[in-house]
This record gives sequence, structure tokens and C-alpha cells, in this order.
Amino acid sequence: MTIAEESESTTQEAPERSEAPIAGASAEAPEAPIAGASAEAPEAPIAGGIVGTDDRVRSRDSAVLRMSEAEVGELSLDPSHELGESKMLINMGPSHPSTHGVLRLMLELEGETVLRSKPVIGYLHTGMEKTGEQLTYLQGCTNVTRMDYASPLFTELAFSLAVESLLELEVPERATWIRMLMCELNRMSSHLLFMATNGMDLGAVSMMIYGWRERELILRFFEKVTGLRMNHNYIRPGGVAADLPDGWAEDVIEFCDIIEPRLEEYDILMTGQPIWRERLQGVGVLNEAECLALGVTGPLLRASGSSWDLRRDMPYLAYDQVDFDVLVGSYGDSFDRYAIRLNEIRESMRIVRQCVEHMPAGDYRAQDKKVTPPPRARIDESMEALIHHFKIFTEGYKVPAGEAYAAVESPRGELGVYIVSDGSSTPYRMHVRAPSFVNLQSLPHLMEGGLIADAVAVISSVDPIMGEVDR
Amino acid sequence: MSDDVAAEADDSGETASPEVEIEVERLYGAPVTEAFGQRALFPSLDTYLELCAELASQGFGQVVDLCVVDYLQYDRTDLPATVAPERFEVVVNLISHTRRERIRVRLQVADGVEVPSLFDIYPGTEAMEREAFDMFGVVFSDHPDMSRVLMPEEWVGYPLRKDYEIGRIPVQFKGAPSQR
Repeated sequence: MTIAEESESTTQEAPERSEAPIAGASAEAPEAPIAGASAEAPEAPIAGGIVGTDDRVRSRDSAVLRMSEAEVGELSLDPSHELGESKMLINMGPSHPSTHGVLRLMLELEGETVLRSKPVIGYLHTGMEKTGEQLTYLQGCTNVTRMDYASPLFTELAFSLAVESLLELEVPERATWIRMLMCELNRMSSHLLFMATNGMDLGAVSMMIYGWRERELILRFFEKVTGLRMNHNYIRPGGVAADLPDGWAEDVIEFCDIIEPRLEEYDILMTGQPIWRERLQGVGVLNEAECLALGVTGPLLRASGSSWDLRRDMPYLAYDQVDFDVLVGSYGDSFDRYAIRLNEIRESMRIVRQCVEHMPAGDYRAQDKKVTPPPRARIDESMEALIHHFKIFTEGYKVPAGEAYAAVESPRGELGVYIVSDGSSTPYRMHVRAPSFVNLQSLPHLMEGGLIADAVAVISSVDPIMGEVDR
Repeated sequence: MSDDVAAEADDSGETASPEVEIEVERLYGAPVTEAFGQRALFPSLDTYLELCAELASQGFGQVVDLCVVDYLQYDRTDLPATVAPERFEVVVNLISHTRRERIRVRLQVADGVEVPSLFDIYPGTEAMEREAFDMFGVVFSDHPDMSRVLMPEEWVGYPLRKDYEIGRIPVQFKGAPSQR
């Protein structure tokens, strides 16, 4: 199993595939019993991608159990149902320790093998897109930050970018770099959370403690900067809510220095472990064509060998000014997805260190009086500033009519926000393209033909956040 | 804000003058607009599938997003002159990895009209179309599983429609003893 690294400067035409020693490139090709994914290494997949067709996901009678909950409920009660005696319909979740929140799965089983399945979602649906239509653009971030609760800053960022493109607002350089620093830290904390839950799901229970321990260091820093550990409402249209506190650089370097050697420990604990590999290699394989057809993005897509990362391929913020590698997998299985996330923590750390080094001086938010509230000190001395502050926080600011879509690479894939403005101070329509929601479609295809025990590994490796799926 | 709206209205007014033959810019056979550096295509209901198939063959290999907007309470001014506005708009965001560009397809749909499903071209739209149906009641024909996805199966109404009132369902806390 290898993780090929592709350097940032390398173009799609000439990927330099080198064996990276970090991901423990020792074992040979895994057996891939599922869905006939080839067990051999794809010899020269130029421009990435495991060779294969997407017929499996295009078929209408594929692995997806296209039945309503009521139908499945009836069938499962009837022992002589039409599916045949050897088949069983079973329900998993919504309250199951390994379903990461309230994901419910309807599974069709034959023995211990999963045949068809269907994710049943919506248990966390609170109509956040409808709520978004009632809140001003200033309040909007408070709402969207609650969607993906493991990486809240990314939704705030996508929302802010969409609003800023409608406002045609320039964000100061420092604000851009602060955003980048915070987002990469958030990617680290999100992937560390994945390490913890993935470990726990597969029986490496001590990993849960370690993952949470490292994540805690980052969350403490977030608390120092934003005031909150989650749901920060820190990135706002026009910049960020507050400047970085004194001594932030030392803090960041300090915990990066702590986490870095601990990632090596993860390698010892998991990456090289025969049991760990046995549980993940060849489990839940998806090739590149299938990923593209299903709209899958993020680590799942990269695991299939497709080298696509919005940070490099459609740069936003200042990602074109930092140096990092886009990691791609070779087999598209759960192990690749794990290894990619583990190494993305290292890449994010590289970006974070560069942010610390290059953090420009200047303002942390745009000085556009229409969007930016006046500084706190001005309110004490100027009546106009007080009125200005009051108007911005009660009425909000008006955004020119139009529609815009902004996307960022969240830890789970492409996270997009589509805003339609009618010229008032609240969005006419605010839609969030949630990567978890779309990635979840791949679940039936990943689990098809595998064992129930593997289903747990697969759900974990898709890493869905149900707050974002259901919105 | 009102200035901006007026400015946009002026732009579209130029092309819509009645004496001249209406000429709009086209791309892949559909009228195209560009705003904030993002392009949008406006097919008709008949050319919608054709256009998406054409885009797929042009390298737009992934539908990243499909959503619906209900324009019941807002007369937008950013449509090309030849496109008649309807109540709903299906918005499809496509991406091309090889060309590194995005394009948006905006389809006008009247209430009660069925839209052909993109499932056969882009299977990934299955969940997105289900969500669009769930929230707006836009039905996609030839979809493999046109059912609700986020709301309960037996739910009545389409929550994200503009005429679906918020707060219409009173919140009840069962089992909470009354103080009075």
C-alpha cells in the first residue's frame, strides 16, 4: 500500500509518483474482494485514478436499496418475504455508536454479507437553509457554523466568500492569512477527530483517547482566539471577528511541535499494524470514475487516485502562496482514506507553519464602513459611531442583487455555499452544498458485498458529519 | 443597493429593446450570462438534458451541486432576454477537473412541471434531486427513487417554498407538566 505524493507544482499531465515512506509503504497489494476492484497496483495511472468503469453506480438496480422506510418495515416483519428466505432486512441506527451521530442504515443481508443498503437521514434536520433566509448576512455565519460541527470554520469561510463576491469586497491580506491559518488548524482538528473515531470504530480504543487529546490542544487555541471551542462565528464577511491574541505564534508552534511526533506514534500504533491493515485494506473500494459519477469529493476522491484539491487546483485565500502536497491514494480503499487523512494533518501543519512565518501585518477586517462595524473605542466618543454600530447589528447591511457560489476544500470535500440576494439585508436563498451529504451516497456502493463488520469500517472512513448531512 | 439593481436592469434593458431582433450570447447552444466571474447557462426544459449531456462530453465530469430556488417573491433581473422567468429555478453546478472551471445551469420550471432527472448522466444527483423534491416539491421524472430524504416520509408540504410559513407547526413539549 502506498500513498503517492504529488508535489504542488506538478501538473496533471506529469504526476511524479514517488513512494512516500511515511504511510508505511511496505505491504503488498491487498486482496480486494469487494466489487472486483483490481488487486494489482495500477501500473501507470497518468493523472491519477484507479482504472475502472462506473457502471456499478450508474445501474438502477445497484447496491442502493431503493425502498421506503414503510416498505422495509413491512417486509422485515414478514418472514416469507419476496426477497427470499436467505435474505434479511435489518436496521442499523440511528442511535448506534459507530454511525457517527444519527445515521440510520437499512441493510439487506445474506448471512453476514451486506447486499443492498440505504442510508436514512434527516434526524438532525432543523431547516437551517430556511433559517438562513431569516437572518441577516452578519448573523448568517452564526447559523452556518453549526452545520459541520467538526470543522465549523470552513462553512463560515464558504459563506463569507460567497457574500464577499456578491459585495465585491476586498479582504485585507492579514485577514486572508488568519483565515488560512485557522482553517488549516481546523482541518487538523477535524482529521484528528477522524483518527479518534476511526480508531474506536475498529477496536483501537486507545486511539480514541489520543485523537481527542491532540484535538484538545487545537480547540484550546481556538477558544483563545475566537472565544469558543466550536461554532466560532469567527470568519465573517469582510474579514475575521478579532485579531489573533498576543503570543499566538508561540502557542501554535508549541502545539505543532507536540502533535508532530505524536503522529509518528499513530503510525506505530495503526499504520504499520497488521490487524489495522487487515481491517482496512481492500475494504470499501471506489474507483475514480465512480467517485466522479457519484459527486464524491475530498479524501474519498483523492483516495481513488484522483489528484483534485480545490486548494491547489482552484486556489482561494492565499493557497497559491504556500507550499504543500496533495496526497492521493492508489487503491481507493478504507486504508487509503485513513492514510490520506493522517498525512493531510502533516500537510496542514506545513501550511500552518508557513502561515506563522509569513503572517502579514495590517488590518484583520476590511475597512468598508457599510460592512464593518466601527471599533469599540469609537462608540464611546462618537454618537455617529454608536448609530452606525446599532444600524449594522439591527438592520444588517444590504448586499447587491445577484447570485454567487463559493466553494472551499473542507476536510470532507467540496463545501459550497450558493447565495441568491434580492438586494436586501437577508439572503433570498442560502444553499449549502454539504460534502458529507453527497459523499454519503457512496455508502451503499462501498458496503456492497462486504461483511457487516466492514460496514462499520466503511461508515467510519467516509467520515460523515450528520449536522452537515441533515442541515 | 437600489443603484445596483437599477444598473443591472439597464444592462438587460439594452438587449430587450422591442425593435431589434433579440440576440443573446450563447454557449453550448444555450443563452449564457456571466456575473462575479461565474458563468450560467439557461436551457429550456426541452434542451436541459441535451445540454447536460453535452457538458458531460465536454469534460464537466461532476455535478457538485443541484438545488432549487423559489422565486415567488422576487422578480429577478439577471436572466437573458430570451428566457422567461418561472416560479422555480433548478440550479446545477458542474465542475470540470481537466479544465479547472465551473459552470452553472439554471433551468426555469413552473409549479407542477416535471423536470427530467439527471441520474442517467450524473448518478450523483440522486440525493440532490431527492432533496430538491423534498424541500420544494419539484418532481424529477425518471428518477430511480423520488422520495423524501430529509423530512419524514409522511410529511405534507414543502418547507423551503416561500409560501411555506415558518412557525406554522407549534412546538409542543410532551410530558412537561403545566405550572398553571
